[in-house]
Amino acid sequence: MNTLVQIQTKPPNDPEQIATERREFLRKCLMASPFLVGIVRVAAQQTAGNGDGVYHPEDHYYGMGVDVSKCIGCGRCADACKTENDVPRDPYYFRTWIERYVITTEGEVSVSSPNGGIEGFPATVSEKGILRTFFVPKLCNHCASPPCVQVCPVGATFLSRDGVVLVDKDYCIGCRYCIQACPYGARFLHPVTHTAEKCTFCYHRVRNGKVPACVEVCPTGARIFGDVRSMASPLTRFRRFNEIQVLKAHLNTEPKVYYANLDGEVS
Amino acid sequence: MEPLSEQLSSVLQQVTGYIYPNEVELHWGLLVVVYPYVTGLVAGAFILASLERVFNVKEVEPTYRLALLTALAFLLIAPFPLLLHLGHPERSFEIFLTPNLHSAMAMFGFVYAWYLMVVLLLEIWFDYRKDLVIWSRQERGLKRFIHRVLTLGATDISERAVEFDRKAVRFITVLGIPSAFLLHGYVGFIFGSVKANPWWSSVLIPIVFLFSAIVSGIAMVMILYLITGLLRQTLEMDCLDKLASFLFFALVVDFSLEILDFIHRLYEAEESIHILSQLISTRLFLSLVILQALLGTVLPLVSLVAFAPVFGKRALVSIPPELRRLLYLGAAVLIQIGIFSTRWNVVIGGQLFSKSLRGLTVYKLQLLGQEGFFVSAFLLIIPFVLLYIFIKILPPWKEAAAHALPEAESGD
Repeated sequence: MNTLVQIQTKPPNDPEQIATERREFLRKCLMASPFLVGIVRVAAQQTAGNGDGVYHPEDHYYGMGVDVSKCIGCGRCADACKTENDVPRDPYYFRTWIERYVITTEGEVSVSSPNGGIEGFPATVSEKGILRTFFVPKLCNHCASPPCVQVCPVGATFLSRDGVVLVDKDYCIGCRYCIQACPYGARFLHPVTHTAEKCTFCYHRVRNGKVPACVEVCPTGARIFGDVRSMASPLTRFRRFNEIQVLKAHLNTEPKVYYANLDGEVS
Repeated sequence: MEPLSEQLSSVLQQVTGYIYPNEVELHWGLLVVVYPYVTGLVAGAFILASLERVFNVKEVEPTYRLALLTALAFLLIAPFPLLLHLGHPERSFEIFLTPNLHSAMAMFGFVYAWYLMVVLLLEIWFDYRKDLVIWSRQERGLKRFIHRVLTLGATDISERAVEFDRKAVRFITVLGIPSAFLLHGYVGFIFGSVKANPWWSSVLIPIVFLFSAIVSGIAMVMILYLITGLLRQTLEMDCLDKLASFLFFALVVDFSLEILDFIHRLYEAEESIHILSQLISTRLFLSLVILQALLGTVLPLVSLVAFAPVFGKRALVSIPPELRRLLYLGAAVLIQIGIFSTRWNVVIGGQLFSKSLRGLTVYKLQLLGQEGFFVSAFLLIIPFVLLYIFIKILPPWKEAAAHALPEAESGD
């Protein structure tokens, strides 16, 4: 403390004194370093779990927010998803995709999603007569009461404790009942494994404290991932400051993908 | 067979409006059409057999055993269309080992096993036991051996034992009627409970399935009775007329339910009404309007009401028995086509529109491959081969049993 006072009161013009002060400063830093490392480690553990370095699914309950007004339809999310999760590149298999809605002044609605929007969208023929147009990212809604889980005859698709709907591909018999039961068209049959496939919220990433690939790459921050229940989560903030809608609410599937600025035309 | 990606690419060309990208592949194909058609025949044939036993309808007695064997032949084939359409048939036993009790489909194994083991096999065994014992005593060689094995060692044909058989058959039949309803109502429930699909999601579906099953079962037994009766020259016109009147009334109920479903949807006019109207007027016009409604229902209804003695002893228009037989055959065949179309319209029709309710897709039927036309055709032919074998082993004819009767008196 004396040294610090000296620094402030006496201009440091003696080089030997300066060197001593530096040494003293570095010595103190070295002494404090175990505490600093400790703080960093505790923080890291807290993001990963509840302090023992192990992932505890019961401490989380995941969901996703989508701000429709921020989506620019670049398709990077759908592309990143295919890369991250080895989804077949054919245009018939998607864990996530983007839809473009074009609504004319006459009230006609046309929807498109060429190759899931991965290569973007062609320009609309003419802007004349267009009332509004927007993009809607789609994915599995990780419903709280998922009809797909209900119908699976062997329990190969299940709701994890952290609120993610997953498929055990070593157990799935490939009956496709879950695909029929999903109201959102979010499932497909993998052409190689012949088992049901869907968005997992990039579970392998999420477990390690990362966000899903689609959220990571979105250039406009249109997708927000986080804990539904934690007050500190960005998703809770998103849900707090936006008016939220979910898809096909009348089916009572209790989706956990929350849309802000969603148009009533979106189905 | 076209590779899957080429098939899907050509489907994509024919999509109208917007469908979700994952909907380009249609997931339940022809095999899943065959499955409810087959279980419907089982349930229908069994219910016809039960009518004779429970309600003592003497006229249709000649068809009793034939109906039971028909039900068995089709029931044995019923799991195969399901098994073949699975992505992993080798894992299908998991349905028995670790069933998800919330899943309608998981119950299939149990409903099937119950129906096959407890109802159908037991009823057939009790009904044939006395004859089996007598045959095994009269015959020589392989037949004797088969019939002896089938008695399962129960060779007592004393009056008390035969009376017990009769009571057992009656009890199983009474148990069997709700079981037959369960078997096919359950198949309807698999579709009717899918809330994601407005074409399927209806409380009426299991009931419509049930009555269409009864219609198809009676019509199938009628065809078989007609053909075997003509070949063996033992055709009883009374029996045929009674079958025709059952067929008529079942068809009236079935058609009324379908019309009710149709009017109900039209009147409620929910958000799906636009896409469903498009579906009916374009993709399903041939299979629903022409095959199911006109040829498969209205035409048989009209011809039965006009030429069959459905209300009492006389028909509205009297025609000679030879012509009437031909008419029955025609009506029954048309009904089979109609009911198969019904299954097609439910299963395939329910997947031809997008769950976004904004577009229609197409179904490209393949000829070859696991889900192709030939496999399904093969599965539909096999029950007739099985039935032929069953008839050889267990002749369902009255004379076969009657012939043995005098011997029975002297039995132990």
